[in-house]
Amino acid sequence: MQIPYEIQARPDTGLYNAKLGIWLFLASEVMLFGGLFSGYVFLRMGADPGYWPHGLLDVRIGALNTAILIASSVTVVLAWASLKMRKFRDYKLWMGVSILCGAIFLFVKLTFEWPVKFEHFGAFIKKDALGHYEQYLGNAHLAEKKLDPRVEISGHLHEVEIQAEGVDHAKLETFLKAHDLEAKPDAHDPKVLTIEGRHLTPNVAAKLERVPGVKVEAFVLGLDPVNAAPTDPESDKPHFWYKGPTEHLGKIERKDIEFYSAFAPKHSPYFAIYFTITGLHGLHVLAGVIVMIYLWLPITGGANMFRKNPEHLANRVEVVGLFWHFVDLVWIFVFPIFYLL
Amino acid sequence: MDAAHEPAKEIAPASHEDHVPAAHDMHLGLYLGVGGFLIIATGVTVLLSYVDFGSRSRNIIIAMILATIKVGFVGAIFMHLKGEKKTIWRFLFFTAFFVAGLFLLTLLHFSDPIFNTGYNHH
Amino acid sequence: MATEAATHTHHDPGHEDHQHYQHWIWKYVFSSDHKTIGIQYGLTGLVFLFFGFCLMLVMRWQLARPDTVVPWIGPMMAHLETWLNMHHPLAADGSPGHWFWLRALTDIFPGGKLSPDGYNSFGAMHGTIMVFFGIVPVAFAAFGNFVVPLQIGAPDMTFPRINMASYWSFFISCIFMSLSFLVPGGAAKSGWTSYPPLSGIADQGQGIFPLGMEHYIHPFWNGQTMWVTGMVFNITASLLGSVNFIATIIQLRAPGMTWMRLPFFVWAQFVTAFLLLLAFPPLEAAGVFQLMDRAFDTSFFMPTGLIVSQQLTHFSGGGSPILWQHLFWFLAHPEVYVLILPGIGMVAEVIACNTRKPLYGYKAMVGAIFVLGFLSFVVWAHHMYMTGMGAKVAGFFQTTTIIISIPSVILLTALLLSLWGGSIRFNTPMCFAASFLPMFGIGGLTGIPLAFNAVDLYLHDTYYIIGHFHYVVAPGTIFAIFAGIYHWYPKATGRMLNEFLGRMHFWGSLIFINGVFFPMFLQGMAGMHRRWYDGGATYDRLSGAVVWGKTGIEWNGFMSTSAFLLGAVQLLFIWNFFWSMKYGRKASDNPWDATTVEWDTPTPPGHGNFTHPIAVYRGPYEYSVPGADKDFSPQTEPPGDRNKPPSGAPERTLHEVEVAHS
Repeated sequence: MQIPYEIQARPDTGLYNAKLGIWLFLASEVMLFGGLFSGYVFLRMGADPGYWPHGLLDVRIGALNTAILIASSVTVVLAWASLKMRKFRDYKLWMGVSILCGAIFLFVKLTFEWPVKFEHFGAFIKKDALGHYEQYLGNAHLAEKKLDPRVEISGHLHEVEIQAEGVDHAKLETFLKAHDLEAKPDAHDPKVLTIEGRHLTPNVAAKLERVPGVKVEAFVLGLDPVNAAPTDPESDKPHFWYKGPTEHLGKIERKDIEFYSAFAPKHSPYFAIYFTITGLHGLHVLAGVIVMIYLWLPITGGANMFRKNPEHLANRVEVVGLFWHFVDLVWIFVFPIFYLL
Repeated sequence: MDAAHEPAKEIAPASHEDHVPAAHDMHLGLYLGVGGFLIIATGVTVLLSYVDFGSRSRNIIIAMILATIKVGFVGAIFMHLKGEKKTIWRFLFFTAFFVAGLFLLTLLHFSDPIFNTGYNHH
Repeated sequence: MATEAATHTHHDPGHEDHQHYQHWIWKYVFSSDHKTIGIQYGLTGLVFLFFGFCLMLVMRWQLARPDTVVPWIGPMMAHLETWLNMHHPLAADGSPGHWFWLRALTDIFPGGKLSPDGYNSFGAMHGTIMVFFGIVPVAFAAFGNFVVPLQIGAPDMTFPRINMASYWSFFISCIFMSLSFLVPGGAAKSGWTSYPPLSGIADQGQGIFPLGMEHYIHPFWNGQTMWVTGMVFNITASLLGSVNFIATIIQLRAPGMTWMRLPFFVWAQFVTAFLLLLAFPPLEAAGVFQLMDRAFDTSFFMPTGLIVSQQLTHFSGGGSPILWQHLFWFLAHPEVYVLILPGIGMVAEVIACNTRKPLYGYKAMVGAIFVLGFLSFVVWAHHMYMTGMGAKVAGFFQTTTIIISIPSVILLTALLLSLWGGSIRFNTPMCFAASFLPMFGIGGLTGIPLAFNAVDLYLHDTYYIIGHFHYVVAPGTIFAIFAGIYHWYPKATGRMLNEFLGRMHFWGSLIFINGVFFPMFLQGMAGMHRRWYDGGATYDRLSGAVVWGKTGIEWNGFMSTSAFLLGAVQLLFIWNFFWSMKYGRKASDNPWDATTVEWDTPTPPGHGNFTHPIAVYRGPYEYSVPGADKDFSPQTEPPGDRNKPPSGAPERTLHEVEVAHS
């Protein structure tokens, strides 16, 4: 049994089956990302002043990845055009470049973008304690400029201060050993133990808080530039070239913190939707790369199909290309929405 | 098929079809040009986000217009929507309409609440 | 042509099967044949319909006799509980050990009585299973898969392997939903709508769960998370299916099968597939959000400062429960039409065939169904009047909701007028189809008051709502499904269903289903809330209305009795379904003398469906054409002289016949 119009177009619709199928699928993808982006708009519109963070992503990496995806879109369409012109070697070249671009995109995301965020510390300050941290927040300056207030202090977690009294030393020691940390008595305050170590991430700090007997007094951060120099006009802008935390140390009392976490999905609706949308987009990139590899590798029959029925292979490449352009198209919106605005 | 007639190394299709388009038929230059434009437009988007247009929402609108233009080029040229069949245009039109509906109607929620319900305040 | 088809009929269904032997696993289990997939969807869906019905029976017992031992299952669970306590008692920290799955079941029925949590869980799962695992798989996927390619004269779906992937994705979702009854904490209990923040904190450990179960509730394998995961697979299955349906209807219509010659059922499936294609993805997005909320502690739907059991929750806050409602109802309102449109399509087929006359206003119906599909995307917030939306917003959705009743009424009126002047054959499918009309009518008309904000504020979450949508879906769509099963069963199995059992099944269903649902309107108007696990017993007597000598809650006994009798009547159908498969009267290829193309296949159709090239020459419902030699003129029958090219089919399409089947 042969399904009609698998390769040749049906005369009255002018379409072959797979092309119609992929466009229908893309229509549903439009609705999927429409739903995700409408969630973004809804959450952002509903956020209280100051609670929608800005400038936490690296614009350079985002712009680089945008360029990579656009380039891969061009090469995919060139691969298809090469097949149409029956130039198989050109097809292999352009398809190979597209696969490489997709792989670089994912590599950049998974090595440079995401991991650093999971180690970055951010703490939302309770409303009534905002005044104590004016030196890091600069809210008087912002109010003067009629800008949204700042409610979060972020940076690299340097040390955690805990109460020395009442600590279950055995349990604390086990915990510190397991996480490669060390505890020292504080130089100024004998009631306080200072916990330090290379692996002191926000998640570890949260776990430390759950060790029986441990009562966290304060967090000491290497502040982000925006908190190190809050009145610098550079920090007023919606974003900045992200330079990483400074050497400037700042201390936040635990009792003044409403909520703290790494720059992970649970940090805020902003990071939640950022990780969800870019994560789903990344899955789409991965799927596209896998299908393109399938059409590119010699063993899976690209060459065989080209010999037997070059139009069939061209159709397949066109279909995967349509999907790939859609992935590119979504990213063109993702980039300004998350990185710039 | 006579193997001797195959060009060396290049894999050839089984039948020599009478109509194989030439390079200029395939608009290769157009594709490259659009790709270049998109990359430049990305740079422009980044630059514009540094310019103060008076309010945050104006910056957002300008960036979104630019993104829509870019997406329009991707759709029209790369995805061949320019000159695509009516069948596809028809349901894409409805899809666009429903996405717009989803955005606008959910946002109505903010326009006219009976009272400040307080579900979303820090 | 016709004689050739007849000789092929019983000996050689799909001649290609001779050439390569198919292992039964590929033929019946991992099949890419649209008919097998349709039957797989149908059987799975019917099993879930029955399962969902059983959940409801337990709930109805609880409503009628609150806090008494549930018959049959209650004592069984009580015995099991005793046995577990004796042989596998709970550990000191409350952990159930390896017998957690059995403990999860006995926890639903402590002492043989339905627990409040168990009631909530059954309510949520009844809704979810009936909508997403019962009706849509049967009405849309099963009938759509089996009938649509046959009706348009196609050899299969456009993408047979994607079709198979669709069924197996659905199957995975079924496994998730079924197994969620066996995990500690039990199945989802936040309603079929899964409204956050309740659904965000339900079945979570971390000190939130009130029953001291936090020690052994798994972060992923718990009721609500499995519900969300199952839904994501279910949605994926629907998307794969709907792409296939639309592509098939657009691309694989047989030569001469122009758009206006499509049977109405195909139109209904076409519009339904678009609804699924475009409305489901936002729910998929919402499902992913909820999964993130549950698995990664994000705050998509979690408001700031959420306090549960006097404890501040561990969420950052800043999210909005309203966002879930918008995304959920953006699907779930079109979903209502996904439930009903295939039903209307099936009823239209059965009515046209059994009145022996064309459908009244075929074109108007096609127009109406498109308008209906379009409008269904802009009415969703009428489910959300209680969320504090203002008069302007409510006014918009009120208006669109009222407008959408117009195409619905056009469809119903056209079907009703189709009966006029017909010589009706009241066989079982026709009985179900005919009773569909008033039942769906009641469901539709009781919806009109609900469209108005002011009325809805009073009736929201009462039994009135339950009565309203059950009239649309239960004696509505489920009757249509029965009509469809009785109508197409001969094509699928080669045997007729027993007519006497069918009549018994029909009359019993019609009477008892009204006994279940009609009093719900009375209860609802008296103010009875839909989620009282004890049927309102703790509220003693509802004030006011005594209707026919009973107050609101006193109707519960009557309704529950009707529900159990309704269940008993369905046993006749189940018996008939399996008995007739083996012993039913043998069916000819076209037992109903119908006109549409699916009856032009061998019975049951082989792989590839048609044994001869199909060309279509006329509209779908040419019954009782004046001057014809019989009272039906099949779509594939060339008009007049067979040697002349028929006027209805252009030359090109005849050429295509050769191409398509060469």
